[in-house]
Amino acid sequence: MTTLALPTTEEEIWRYSRIDDLDLGAFSPQRCTTQVVGDPAILVQSSEASVLKHEDVFTQTNLENSEAIVIRVPKSHAGGVVEIIHRFDASGALYCPRVVIEAGENSEVSVVERFVSADGVKALVIPVLDVRAAQAARVSYLAVNELSATTWMIAHQEAEGERDSNLNLSVVALGGDYARVRTECRLVGQGASAQQVALYFADGTQMHDFRTTQEHVAPRTHSDLLFKGAVAGKSKSVYTGLIKIHPHARGSEAYQTNRNLTLSEGAWAESVPNLDIETNEVKCSHASTVGPIDDDQRFYLESRGIEPATAERLVVLGFFNEVLERLPNKVLAAELYDRVVAKLAASETVGSE
Amino acid sequence: MSVLEIRNLRATVAGKEILTGMNLTVRSGEVHAIMGPNGAGKSTFSAVLMGKRGYEVTSGSVELDGVDLLAMPTWQRAVAGLHLVMQYPTEVPGVHVDELIEQAWRARGRSTTELAGAVVAEAERINFDPRLVQRAVNVDLSGGEKKRNETMQLALLKPKFAILDELDSGLDVDALRDCARRVEDATNEDSLGAIVVTHYARLLEDLKPDFVHILVKGRIVESGGPELADRLEADGYAAFSG
Repeated sequence: MTTLALPTTEEEIWRYSRIDDLDLGAFSPQRCTTQVVGDPAILVQSSEASVLKHEDVFTQTNLENSEAIVIRVPKSHAGGVVEIIHRFDASGALYCPRVVIEAGENSEVSVVERFVSADGVKALVIPVLDVRAAQAARVSYLAVNELSATTWMIAHQEAEGERDSNLNLSVVALGGDYARVRTECRLVGQGASAQQVALYFADGTQMHDFRTTQEHVAPRTHSDLLFKGAVAGKSKSVYTGLIKIHPHARGSEAYQTNRNLTLSEGAWAESVPNLDIETNEVKCSHASTVGPIDDDQRFYLESRGIEPATAERLVVLGFFNEVLERLPNKVLAAELYDRVVAKLAASETVGSE
Repeated sequence: MSVLEIRNLRATVAGKEILTGMNLTVRSGEVHAIMGPNGAGKSTFSAVLMGKRGYEVTSGSVELDGVDLLAMPTWQRAVAGLHLVMQYPTEVPGVHVDELIEQAWRARGRSTTELAGAVVAEAERINFDPRLVQRAVNVDLSGGEKKRNETMQLALLKPKFAILDELDSGLDVDALRDCARRVEDATNEDSLGAIVVTHYARLLEDLKPDFVHILVKGRIVESGGPELADRLEADGYAAFSG
């Protein structure tokens, strides 16, 4: 196994996390059960290791145990669609899926990766995603965490966009015990752009943990991030986001919005936005909120004759709708909406007991 | 014929008494204007009638056809037939106008099979772009669009009584006329009883009141016919000190 040490919550990037609860040695590596559906022209099974910018004990562990799914999109190949479903069914197992997307010049590809585990499975999933978009390539990627509330996930994502490329990176997280996604998005060619959205909803004793970096290396790059989450029961969530603008990235625009709803007294959410700007002539903004359902919104709906429980449900679903409306896959967005509805109904039932 | 009866209503906000004994009786089809200077308690009166949190009724009663409204939570007051058109309509992100109306109809036990057609018809009648009905409530709407939306909802929910809280604030002439006339029509077609809370007489040119009441320091100090609004325009509120 890897020689790197486990991090601790002393490190800023692991602050608030549950890393101290992890006993990595308690999990033994197993092969993933993975189903891949999609355009055969762009799928390559490969053992080639891609080198990540930010290596740590988890990316190393992934590298040692993974069998990468490589999606290599030829130049100007458009309309490529790939769906990857991983099922993790053994308790005590360590799973290390790795997906590499190499989008050639002016190509277009849409990838959905779903993480599924059965109820009660105490597994550890350490996924890695590595996305490279060549000049003018358009990549859309959506990760869906449908893990059971007993499965751990520590995910690492890196994405890099060359000149005039577009990256659309989304996460929907409903499952997991402790589920973390770290996303490093770098715009290295001028005119590159990225949109990042996330919907996360925890209940019970779940914890969702997101760390994002929007890194602008080249001039006139554009990034827009919208992360919206809710915590019910005794669940927790953390969002830490950094906008980093390099000295040569003049004329860039970067936006970051994180909004959190606390749906119960015992739930806890933390939001930490950061800016690191090394040049003038940029437009940047960040906004973050943590709080209960807005009283005025609730009153407005109730004043139309809508019962409090229904009014709350509408406000929460409306809160998430803003993210779902931005997902590239409309069919999947509708399915995920139904899952959010079901989860909300279940957490209300538990909450009223 | 329905009656909304407000008797000796007193209410506090953050421990401070704002309504100091309001009395008002409104019957179906009547239009009552409540006029008052800033700080007279106009918005508090609207909020208290609808049961907004943070407003405490310390004495008095509000009855709709003999039923005690103050004992009900907000949503039940609405279902019972009371409606509030808000001065600053709240934005509700992600909740679409048609979805809101559908839930409101369901709460009233109304079949929603005719809903889509009714919404389009009412939207067109009030010059509200019907496409906005499938968008989030009041989000990214202009001031005029918000008030048209509020008035459209009033028309679709057909309450027995409505409080219009400063319907005229921030409205251009066209939007004001459209909204005022739609409310006036509702008083004729659906026998709506309207309480029009306003600072200015401008609104009353299109929405003609049967009664005008002057509100000063939390209670009505003078009541009369439409001529009272004219007197107010000429003399100002200073002539009506509480």
